[in-house]
Amino acid sequence: MRYSAFSVFLNALRGNKGWAPAWRSPVPKNRYDVIIIGGGGHGLATAYYLAKEFGVTNVAVLEKGYIGSGNVGRNTTIIRSNYLLQGNNPFYELSMKLWEGLEQDFNFNAMVSQRGVLNLYHSDAQRDAYTRRGNAMRLHGVDADLLDRNAVRQMLPFLDFDNARFPIQGALMQKRGGTVRHDAVAWGYARGADSRGVDIIQNCEVTGIRRENGRVTGVETSQGFIGCGKLALAAAGNSTVVADMVDLKLPIESHVLQAFVSEGLKPFIDNVVTFGAGHFYVSQSDKGGLVFGGDIDGYNSYAQRGNLATVEHVAEAGVAMIPALSRVRVLRSWGGVMDMSMDGSPIIDRTHIDNLYLNAGWCYGGFKATPASGFCYAHLIAKNEPHETGRAFRLDRFARGRMIDEKGVGSQPNLH
Amino acid sequence: MASLIACPHCGPRPKEEFTIRGDAGIVRPAPDAGEDAWHAYVYLRDNPRGRHKEHWHHTSGCRRWLVVERDTMSHAIHAVSDASTEGATA
Repeated sequence: MRYSAFSVFLNALRGNKGWAPAWRSPVPKNRYDVIIIGGGGHGLATAYYLAKEFGVTNVAVLEKGYIGSGNVGRNTTIIRSNYLLQGNNPFYELSMKLWEGLEQDFNFNAMVSQRGVLNLYHSDAQRDAYTRRGNAMRLHGVDADLLDRNAVRQMLPFLDFDNARFPIQGALMQKRGGTVRHDAVAWGYARGADSRGVDIIQNCEVTGIRRENGRVTGVETSQGFIGCGKLALAAAGNSTVVADMVDLKLPIESHVLQAFVSEGLKPFIDNVVTFGAGHFYVSQSDKGGLVFGGDIDGYNSYAQRGNLATVEHVAEAGVAMIPALSRVRVLRSWGGVMDMSMDGSPIIDRTHIDNLYLNAGWCYGGFKATPASGFCYAHLIAKNEPHETGRAFRLDRFARGRMIDEKGVGSQPNLH
Repeated sequence: MASLIACPHCGPRPKEEFTIRGDAGIVRPAPDAGEDAWHAYVYLRDNPRGRHKEHWHHTSGCRRWLVVERDTMSHAIHAVSDASTEGATA
């Protein structure tokens, strides 16, 4: 069924009895042309673009939990393409362009809100770094505006401009950045993929990968063996666990990242704002809750929960930026498991096995990349060659000295 | 993360006193060990879901380097020892 204002009206007249489930719950077939391990945002987007753009419809997405239970539902919903480096910028800008047309494309309201992302700067050196970043963005055709102190003050008068240690001097703004309702992204891609013939199989954990003569022939799962022509990993957070099944050692550690929502407040933060002197980012959801987050906890973890010390640190950074937050009560917090790669950038590549593909290492930037990651990964799987905007994300870049180290901290995953 | 780490020198102490360095299993190769060995040392990690040995520094205590065996799923700590007793590692 195509969703529209008319379909809402018509179903209202019929007592809302005409709505059908947005996707099926199929029994797995014996074999698929492509199996995608991981029904998160990236896995579902990959299946969607495989079916829609590349005509590959005999596809299964295997999800160990339920759709939206992993990182696609555990992020702070921010989208942006304010990247500095050559390998990153065109990719994230492709993602931004896909976000801009996404709702019309998959006929689902994902509440894409281009409310603007502001990165605050607090020193002359940071201003110069942001000027460089803004110029790099503009050279790539991405919008960027450097705002001075007064311009930021007019937009966000409640910030602590005269903070003794970190006075706010201005901000780098990307007006096209913003937020998206993350659950709707999972649901929209799932529905779009399902309607084109993709089987989305929930509560189906992969326990082993079967190989014969150097090729993958299928996967052992909690619902039995399923054969496949090509196997695509999209299990970020647990990439190592899956890669271990084919003796592939990855340049990745799994770390926990926490995020938070406050009680509902009247509208007061119109944009996404990030603190330049610590790790803190905040926006206000349409329900009124402040959605915010900070840094990873710093130790390897597969548990989807973090520590109070990090909660305290995030709160301190938030209050340093917006003193009014000290009176806001936090409603809930949660943790997600991140693939922290050795240079802070992702991997979309072939592997040492011919028909096995890898999508991993998203650190904590995976949500904004969902459409482009799905598109580039689908391109790689369908054509066996990388999409032009994703070709820098190679697995062998570490061995070849071609890191994409946006933050410039070297191979220490808990620093990215 | 567990709330307490039982330092072999100081006894059980709050984990905020400790600083993590990372995987205790990686060993620095010889200078002439070749590119593959150095690539593995600098970039590749075991990253198990389950028990994992890590180097932690008792920064706000005895300032000794420790090897902590920790479960990355349950966060339970199974063993702590002084790094010098674990032999030569990175």
